[in-house]
Amino acid sequence: MTDATCSPPSLDPQTIRGDFPILSKVLHGGVPLVYLDNAATAQRPRQVIQAIVETYEQHYANVHRGIHWLSDQTTDLYEQSREKVRALVNAPTPAEIIFTHGATSSINLVARSWGDANVRRGDEILLTEMEHHSNLVPWRQLAERTGAIVRHVPVTEQGTLDIEAFNALLSEKTRLVAVTAVSNVLGTINPIGEIIAKAHQAGACVLVDGAQSVPHLKIDVQALNADFLAFSGHKMMGPSGVGVLYGRRELLESMPPFLGGGSMIRRVTLDGFEPADLPAKFEAGTPPIVSAIGLGAAIDYLNQVGLDAVTRHEQDLTRYAHEVLGELGELRILGPAPEEKSAIVSFVFHGNRPHAHDVAQLLDRNGVAIRAGHHCAMPLHKRFGVNATARASFYLYNTRQEIDLLARSLQQVRQVFRRRT
Amino acid sequence: MDEEQIYQEHVLDHYEDPYHRGRARHCTHAHEDDNPLCGDTVSIELNIDPQGRLREAYFDGDGCCISQASASMLIEKFDGRTVDEVRRFTAGDMLELFGAKLTPNRQKCCLLPWRVLQSAVFSPVKPAEGAGGKESNS
Repeated sequence: MTDATCSPPSLDPQTIRGDFPILSKVLHGGVPLVYLDNAATAQRPRQVIQAIVETYEQHYANVHRGIHWLSDQTTDLYEQSREKVRALVNAPTPAEIIFTHGATSSINLVARSWGDANVRRGDEILLTEMEHHSNLVPWRQLAERTGAIVRHVPVTEQGTLDIEAFNALLSEKTRLVAVTAVSNVLGTINPIGEIIAKAHQAGACVLVDGAQSVPHLKIDVQALNADFLAFSGHKMMGPSGVGVLYGRRELLESMPPFLGGGSMIRRVTLDGFEPADLPAKFEAGTPPIVSAIGLGAAIDYLNQVGLDAVTRHEQDLTRYAHEVLGELGELRILGPAPEEKSAIVSFVFHGNRPHAHDVAQLLDRNGVAIRAGHHCAMPLHKRFGVNATARASFYLYNTRQEIDLLARSLQQVRQVFRRRT
Repeated sequence: MDEEQIYQEHVLDHYEDPYHRGRARHCTHAHEDDNPLCGDTVSIELNIDPQGRLREAYFDGDGCCISQASASMLIEKFDGRTVDEVRRFTAGDMLELFGAKLTPNRQKCCLLPWRVLQSAVFSPVKPAEGAGGKESNS
């Protein structure tokens, strides 16, 4: 248990690490795990794992169904979790929080339901070059179904959105702007507030992909006036298999149901059905009950440490990583300066040799886990003229010492290849 | 598995100083493919004579040490050999030729050039204005 309950000015990663059983793992017969792949998925503290175990051992039945004690218990826990999510993003009501299976399924829900009902031939959908495939493909599919046109805000050489171009691309034809709050490759924090305000002026709806931001940065959907916000549980220390869609009530109410089945109906006849009220309308079938409850525990943990403290700690790590990786002199770090980004540092060796996959493979020798590849953002990699990057991404339990080890390991990687030339 | 074993001398040799990286002078058969998971690409150009012998064999590509080194090893082995020999060369043979032990994920890197070669021997390039055996790729 952390003693970070009195919301201290900064957090102590060593204390926090004690809550994460997996972080004491020793690999390859003797090297400690250095987990720097948090943008792919985060690790879970014991508190979240315990909440899952306890639910299965003490409180598990289906939700919103049984007229029995156990089902009531589970339903209460599930709905408490929804309230925790609501508070985290400051949504007006819990009815506007839909549990899905992840950010991807949240975005697909909007594309299928809102998109099919509202987007017509010739309408424009405005995305950006830095989107994750999950915020590109559903819109491309929508365009194929409807004849809408997809446009993309370009990314500058510095790895920020070209806002001038955004202004120019936005028009009365734009029905939707779908944009990530934080790039999963560059770490860029996008000016979401400005984008939403301008999009609304143009009469467009805005979906914010919060997969990389909600775990790390405070977000307030009312202050931002966001229409939709999608994010995943597993990147914020929750279990895999649960995600969230926040949608403004008027929008969600006007949208047709997406998946049909149990739970999402008020009444079914052989001739038709009447959909349930929010949020059940969008939660067909048995939802990810235990994962959602686990996500609630993850939010409790995050609140206990303090999201602001997490953000500050990560900013320190990101600055430090830029510094020590920059000192190596052989890396090209993609994306903006540390002040303008979240806890993601993607890089390539000059000339792309050694290749990112070889880098990741050799770092693994020292227990250092990073991601290598296109990180589900092929168009962005093309934009920067590389087909793969190495990506180190941090969270509240990472330390400067781990970044030192990353830097030392990168030097060793270079040695493997350098000795030959 | 010891990751260090992957980056053995002979693997690094092929990576740093590849055999026949480039274009065939008279390409009759060619194929290109990628590994969408990681973005590695390999293209192979061959000149196959009417008797089914690989008169020329070249590769090009972009990717990790494993995919590029295995392409070099493969081209070195089959330069001058026959289509029949290529056909008989299994994925298992390829992994053996590579030598270093690979995890399933990295086996895909190693087998990319093998897949491309297996397709290339059956992929005649469009004959450019007349007989085959002309430079016709672009």
